[in-house]
Amino acid sequence: MSTVFDFNGASGSGWSQPDSNFQNPDAVPESLRRKRLPGWPRASEPELVRHYTLLSQKTFGIDTGFYPLGSCTMKHNPRVNERIVQLPGIDRIHPLQDSSQVQGLLAIYYEMQEMLAICSGMDAVTLQPVAGAQGEFTAIRCIQEYHRSRGDDHRDKVIVPDSAHGTNPASASMCGYQIIEIPSASDGRLDIDALRAAVGDDTAAMMITNPSTMGLFETNIAEASKIVHEAGGQMYYDGANFNAIIGKTDPGRMGFDAVHYNLHKTFSQPHGGGGPGSGPIGVKDHLSEFLPTPIASRRESQEGEPNGVGDGFYYFWQDVGDNSIGKVQQWNGNAGAVVRAWAFYRRYGRDLERMSEHAVLSSNYLRHKIMNPEPDVAAKINCMPSEGSEASLVMHEFTLSMSPVKEVNGVTGKDVAKRLLDYGYMSPTLYFPQIVPECLMIEPTETESKEVLDKFAADFHAVLSEDPEILTTAPHTTPVKRVDEVWAARNLILRHPGIEED
Amino acid sequence: MGDVPEELKYTEEHEWVRVEGDEVSIGITDFAQNALTEVVWVELPETDIEVSAMESFASVESVKSVSEIYAPVPGTITEVNHSLEDSPEQINEDPYGSGWICKIKVGPDLDMSGLLDAGSYSKLIGE
Repeated sequence: MSTVFDFNGASGSGWSQPDSNFQNPDAVPESLRRKRLPGWPRASEPELVRHYTLLSQKTFGIDTGFYPLGSCTMKHNPRVNERIVQLPGIDRIHPLQDSSQVQGLLAIYYEMQEMLAICSGMDAVTLQPVAGAQGEFTAIRCIQEYHRSRGDDHRDKVIVPDSAHGTNPASASMCGYQIIEIPSASDGRLDIDALRAAVGDDTAAMMITNPSTMGLFETNIAEASKIVHEAGGQMYYDGANFNAIIGKTDPGRMGFDAVHYNLHKTFSQPHGGGGPGSGPIGVKDHLSEFLPTPIASRRESQEGEPNGVGDGFYYFWQDVGDNSIGKVQQWNGNAGAVVRAWAFYRRYGRDLERMSEHAVLSSNYLRHKIMNPEPDVAAKINCMPSEGSEASLVMHEFTLSMSPVKEVNGVTGKDVAKRLLDYGYMSPTLYFPQIVPECLMIEPTETESKEVLDKFAADFHAVLSEDPEILTTAPHTTPVKRVDEVWAARNLILRHPGIEED
Repeated sequence: MGDVPEELKYTEEHEWVRVEGDEVSIGITDFAQNALTEVVWVELPETDIEVSAMESFASVESVKSVSEIYAPVPGTITEVNHSLEDSPEQINEDPYGSGWICKIKVGPDLDMSGLLDAGSYSKLIGE
């Protein structure tokens, strides 16, 4: 059974609907009427349960194995998050309920806004965007309205380094901006001279990730902020790698005006395949009047008012005002994601700083372990990869280049990534950032034990020691073997083959 | 790492340029197609539009990444290789021949001094 549509039991099994009470068939034009019943699956309940259980056994997640997927912070999801989010007062409420009935959720929203503002050195936060890229778009729209409000409409360029996430130029482009890409310096960091040459009175903003996708902290960041600000531009912080610095420093101190957070990365919870995410943004005071509306707020409880969470405050939705860019999402953000992130942060408290420390330690440990095999192991390895960056220390993730391996025996980064699946790992991030040839990017996160990291390094060395033929045809033990990605990309199948057109 | 025909000019962004009278043909180099791996999609420009030097006007997509194509010289696009829409693999198989991307009509005072010759390009890609 490949898909649920392949179940075709007794007519009427597996679903039930009331009889049609449609009185006037002529109301729907002949051309729009169905010619046959939809091909709904007809499975019994045990069949359906088995179907999805079997599917879950064929997939791979962080609950089944180590997930070294850099740039994405696919970390362990503490089970306490699920207990909190499934409380009746959280998961059985409706977005249209009156504020007086959802004081608990509003208090969580308020506290999350405050916490994110403090962690990032910003003044105001909205939890409305439901993905990191939507956060980028929201923040760039706020910056755009800020420039317009000052009569600076002519600023039409956004600067991004070539190590940026692809979503940065995409988000700025969606706002109508032209993108200026600046090359990285030879050490993989921001080229400050290239930035100086790129800014001008047409600069609207610079978008940058710090630490970068190379896993490097941008040591010139304060200088970069100064250059962009002196040109009249705004500084935007992509929070994808916030995991590496939280509690140590903050974007506000680096000179940023706006930042997005990926709650689903930095603050755990399951995600992938496009959701569910949460991409709040934080801004400095001068941008706060442009935030999407509304945001969670509170005032002291008045006499006779229900005292929701018992802290003496009444929580409510505050309209942002006439200069707001409007709403970027139908409701008020992805509440489930916000609550899980809040539970995560509450569980850590001030130890969030240690989370960052351990993430950086794990990354440096694994990098050292992979690049310095014991002599007896090294003797068996066909060819070693090279470092993606010459830096002696990295942040929460690091890059390797498989170019030397490709030159010696034709084994590409993709082949190594595919072979790691056979060893029971998720593949590292492949071919990103693009400035590292044959790139593998590895991010172990803070929660993996030393034993897991040692085992991964040993297995990585085992892969490098194998017959190249085994690698170029891998994976061999997964439910789906090597797929023909080129054929798939050239021959798009966008319709389920079982559904025939009438 | 890649074939670099002597008679062509090159950009640092890995485009090649072949001068044919008042027109130039443009494509991506053997080195570039090798780095991209198998091309699955080419976004072609419209004809009759003007492009300025180093303006991005097309893109090439492989399973690995999407790369912008920059106009090596300013001019008007006169012809586009539509056969790439159905068989983008020509860029991998014959980057300097059937894998050409478009032709640009250039002015009489075309300045080619910003382009690289085969020797300099070979050096750039580490030959």
